Amino acid sequence: MPVYNQSRSRIIQIIFILVFLLIILQLLNLQIFSKEYKLQAENNAVYRKVIYPDRGVVYDRHGKAILENTVMWDLLVTPSEIKGTDTAALCDILGIDTAEFRKKIITAIIKNSRYKPGMFEPLINDEVYARLNENMYKFPGFNIVERPVRAYPFHAAAHVLGYLGEVDSNFLKRHAGEGYEQGDYAGMNGLERGYEKVLMGQRGIKRFIRDNKSRIQGPFNNGNFDTAAIAGRNLHSSLDIDLQLLAEKLLQHKIGSAVAIDPKTGGVLAMATSPGYDPAMLTGSQRRKNFGRLILDTARPLLNRAIKGQYPPGSTFKPIDALVALDEGLITPSYGYPCGGAYYSCGRPVKCTEHWSGHSKDLRTAIAWSCNSYFSQVFRMIVDNKKYANTRMGYLQWKKYMNAFGLGVDLDIDLPGEDDGNIPDTSGYNRDFGGPRWNSCNIVTLGIGQDRMLVTPLQMANAMCIIANKGYYYTPHFVDSIEHETIADTQFLGKYREKREALTHISDSSYNAVQLGMHDVATFGTAARVKIEGIDICAKTGTAQNPHGKNHSLFVAFAPRENPKIAICVVVENAGYGATWAAPIASLMMEKYLKDSISSARLPEVERISEANLIPDAIKNWYRKQDSLKLVRQLQLQKINADSAPAIQNNLETIKPVTFDPEAEPNRKDNDDKDSVRIKLKPAMQNPEDKKNRKPN
Amino acid sequence: MSNGYQKSVSKGVDWLTVWLYASLVGIGILCIFMVEYNPATFSAESFFQGKTNYSKQILFSGICLVAATFITLSDSKLYPAFANLLYVFGIVLMLSVFAIGKDINGSKSWIPLGGGFNLQPAELCKIFAALALSKYLSQLNMDFTKLQSQVIAVAIAMLPAMLSVLQHETGLALAYLSFFIVMYREGLPGIILIIGFSFGALVVATLLMEKNTLAVILTLVAGFLVFMFRRQIFVRKRWGLLILIASVWFVCVGIQRFAVPYIFDNVFECYQSQRIYSAVGKEYDCSKNKHALEAEAITGKTAAKPDDYNVRQSKIAIGSGGFLGKGFLKGTQTRGKYVPEQHTDFIFTSLGEAFGFIGSFVFLAIYFILLFRIVQLAERQRSSFSRVYAYCVASILFFHITVNVCMTVGLFPVIGIPLPLVSYGGSSLLTFTIMIFILIRLDADRQMVLR
Repeated sequence: MPVYNQSRSRIIQIIFILVFLLIILQLLNLQIFSKEYKLQAENNAVYRKVIYPDRGVVYDRHGKAILENTVMWDLLVTPSEIKGTDTAALCDILGIDTAEFRKKIITAIIKNSRYKPGMFEPLINDEVYARLNENMYKFPGFNIVERPVRAYPFHAAAHVLGYLGEVDSNFLKRHAGEGYEQGDYAGMNGLERGYEKVLMGQRGIKRFIRDNKSRIQGPFNNGNFDTAAIAGRNLHSSLDIDLQLLAEKLLQHKIGSAVAIDPKTGGVLAMATSPGYDPAMLTGSQRRKNFGRLILDTARPLLNRAIKGQYPPGSTFKPIDALVALDEGLITPSYGYPCGGAYYSCGRPVKCTEHWSGHSKDLRTAIAWSCNSYFSQVFRMIVDNKKYANTRMGYLQWKKYMNAFGLGVDLDIDLPGEDDGNIPDTSGYNRDFGGPRWNSCNIVTLGIGQDRMLVTPLQMANAMCIIANKGYYYTPHFVDSIEHETIADTQFLGKYREKREALTHISDSSYNAVQLGMHDVATFGTAARVKIEGIDICAKTGTAQNPHGKNHSLFVAFAPRENPKIAICVVVENAGYGATWAAPIASLMMEKYLKDSISSARLPEVERISEANLIPDAIKNWYRKQDSLKLVRQLQLQKINADSAPAIQNNLETIKPVTFDPEAEPNRKDNDDKDSVRIKLKPAMQNPEDKKNRKPN
Repeated sequence: MSNGYQKSVSKGVDWLTVWLYASLVGIGILCIFMVEYNPATFSAESFFQGKTNYSKQILFSGICLVAATFITLSDSKLYPAFANLLYVFGIVLMLSVFAIGKDINGSKSWIPLGGGFNLQPAELCKIFAALALSKYLSQLNMDFTKLQSQVIAVAIAMLPAMLSVLQHETGLALAYLSFFIVMYREGLPGIILIIGFSFGALVVATLLMEKNTLAVILTLVAGFLVFMFRRQIFVRKRWGLLILIASVWFVCVGIQRFAVPYIFDNVFECYQSQRIYSAVGKEYDCSKNKHALEAEAITGKTAAKPDDYNVRQSKIAIGSGGFLGKGFLKGTQTRGKYVPEQHTDFIFTSLGEAFGFIGSFVFLAIYFILLFRIVQLAERQRSSFSRVYAYCVASILFFHITVNVCMTVGLFPVIGIPLPLVSYGGSSLLTFTIMIFILIRLDADRQMVLR
């Protein structure tokens, strides 16, 4: 018996050894050979948190911050800890009812679980924050966290600065590998978008240990793997915020745009567009609501008309025409054309506002009095130049000049979404006239800035820079310098620092002749009222016919004539003569910029213009309908239980079709295409005869 | 005088076992501390305030120190003398649970002692069963080859197990199976162990393989055996052998095709079946389970599907430790409380995560040395009471360690049994302390012959 007991002891020991070996093998497998468990542990327990740096600040030319950061507050809730919260007090402060309170809690639970803080009320303003903060002890489970948002100290230049928006999947696809994640905000427009990479800074990442209910337990590895957030860099812009504010004030209650450029640098001094909006509307908790309202507004307040509004330049184009003719040697400054009130050489007459003889006795007076006949003739001379084989070749030469002046091409300003305008190509005319049979008479109104020619206010302001500088310009831009400029920044900004001698081959004497004419415009010609004490202004008015209704009022100018400091273009849609509205706006802006303030004598003028309401009736009607609809809706809400409710419902239905009534709204395009820019209207196909039937000034 | 007295007390005490025991208790406190450590609330006082689990465990180990001292001072003749009485006392305690028991985590097996402490008689009864079995097997006129004595021995071991099952403590009940190792050592026919292992293998094979494939394999094996023994069966006309092979084949196929599916679907709870399936890497479909369907009929909604969350998290925690481990208190899974029941049944995971393969290996080595040392002690006893008792201790320890560690590394279904001396819990710690120190006491007097 002891013998086999001894062997059984051995067997038991062997069983022990085998089982322990089995365990060791499994441990080897789990801990050394298989890598998946490490990864799973990481996914389980390490929480990566992206730390958003402050975005860069944008300064104006005098170093005033025009776009900066401020702090708003988010109210977060941890649903598992809210026992004992004074719900009534909280609802009272936030202005919600208990039903909504419950809804928000449930949403927070669904999104973030019971144990993790989730959003209860985002972007709380100062006042509510103050009240909440006093009473926080009553609200266990709630806490307030800071959240940086954009702030606009001057509430101005909305279109220039742009806005931030939540990135969508398209954006993420386009910017893959740049560190954006779902839910991030990025610049969607304006400088915010153009300089997104500079402004956004570099995100930091913090790693935390979290527990099985996703609660943060502390830093992972003492924060050794964390990367710090680097704040976005600041931009120094050429914008003059006071000038910008004045421009926006003058343009209010109007549709139009004003652009002012420093001709010596190409820096944009002001770029206003109207109707506009307060940029602060697109930050904070009301962002979504406001954005919806702005995007549906028929007057298109989100559209930056300075770079996207396309207008026929009208008479403001004439100085450019003159320069081309002078450079081609077709006219001399003393060239005259006998005009008696219309241009008769092309069948149907092109009418001229001036009838007295001598208003076009030479170039200088022709510009001063904006003679249509004179410039129709000059344009035909350019196009029919004997130097070139035929009209089309002559036309192409003219077009080359236009492009050199920056018309019909995009200038590559540092704002996204700039439009080209339109200098038509011969192919378009070939098609419409059934082959190359057209002649200079068919397109004669191009000479007075009509026909199919379209320009943006920015392009016209830039053209003024070229005339002011006698041939060269700098690409218009907003950003003069970037803080801690890198090599890449310098390369990017290089194109804005390069002198573009596009038209220096035109002689100084030609420029002088044109400048003299433009000087006369502002002293005794069509815009004599724009005079500013002690400053030589060169200007040109324009009254552009357009297919949308009343003429557009245009005005371009630069000043002073010697050593120009500001070049400007103002457009007021459907406001009539250039001299009536656009000219005084430009004049006030120039005075403000050149003299730092507006003389007290002209202050009433500022008020008069800013209060003038020149919005076309159609748009006014639209607003009125919107208001009344809102009223009806409110009424209906109030009487929701009353018997009269169905009646109001009927009412609503009869009022509802507000989309577009061509008679009431001549300003809108016939095909009500919501995506098209309303102002970007190429004239519908017209016969050449019809075109002559125009009445430019 | 006192010096001489102390010397006589400690004389013959096996200090290696004592040190191994002490180091395991120390590791246990350390592991519980790792599980519970929270830098926000931690202070040096929290070790002694008795609010945290690790401070309670320190308190328990203090009680154990007192108990161990008493046992070391006691007379070794006491144990064989009181063995049967203690066994009866243990059974009475277990029966009393049905009357005054307290429900903790779904098992009604605790007697409340007041002050937040509870006693689990099934745990304590392991000692009494070990003593009673030793007493029975060491009787002078014992002939363990007789079937009658085998049956009585099995009955002594299995009675507390039965009661434990009735208290829904299946895990503890299974621990009593370890007495079969002792009985094997004392002469239980080896065939019983072989049958046991074969049965286990068959069940696992049933779970793993498609049932027809397994049936074909079993049939082929039976056919092969008949072919091998064809001379004996057909030439020497020993038909009994053929009948034996046929009946074994029949039982095997019966188990595989009918018994196992029936037990899994109708006897086990859904979560039990699920745990067993998941240990072999399979999924169990609860919609076949009778209990799950009954619960569904009562509550009117589909019972939440139990998943192997705890085993998965346990494997992640151990696996993420790697070769060297993440370091003391740096285990992310432990800190994040991803592993359920980590301070009790899954305590091994905190060690595996913090100290990696090296740490786990050293830890298992301590257990291994302890087991072999106990076997060594057993074999050097002159009295068979001491020998049988030593084997009981070794077997129970072995069973607990194996099942617990295998469960955490995913080799065995989840059964709630603690890791000896390491898992949090006073009952368990005290039981194993008493068990081991009785052995040390008996070993110190190994020259005596105890009956």
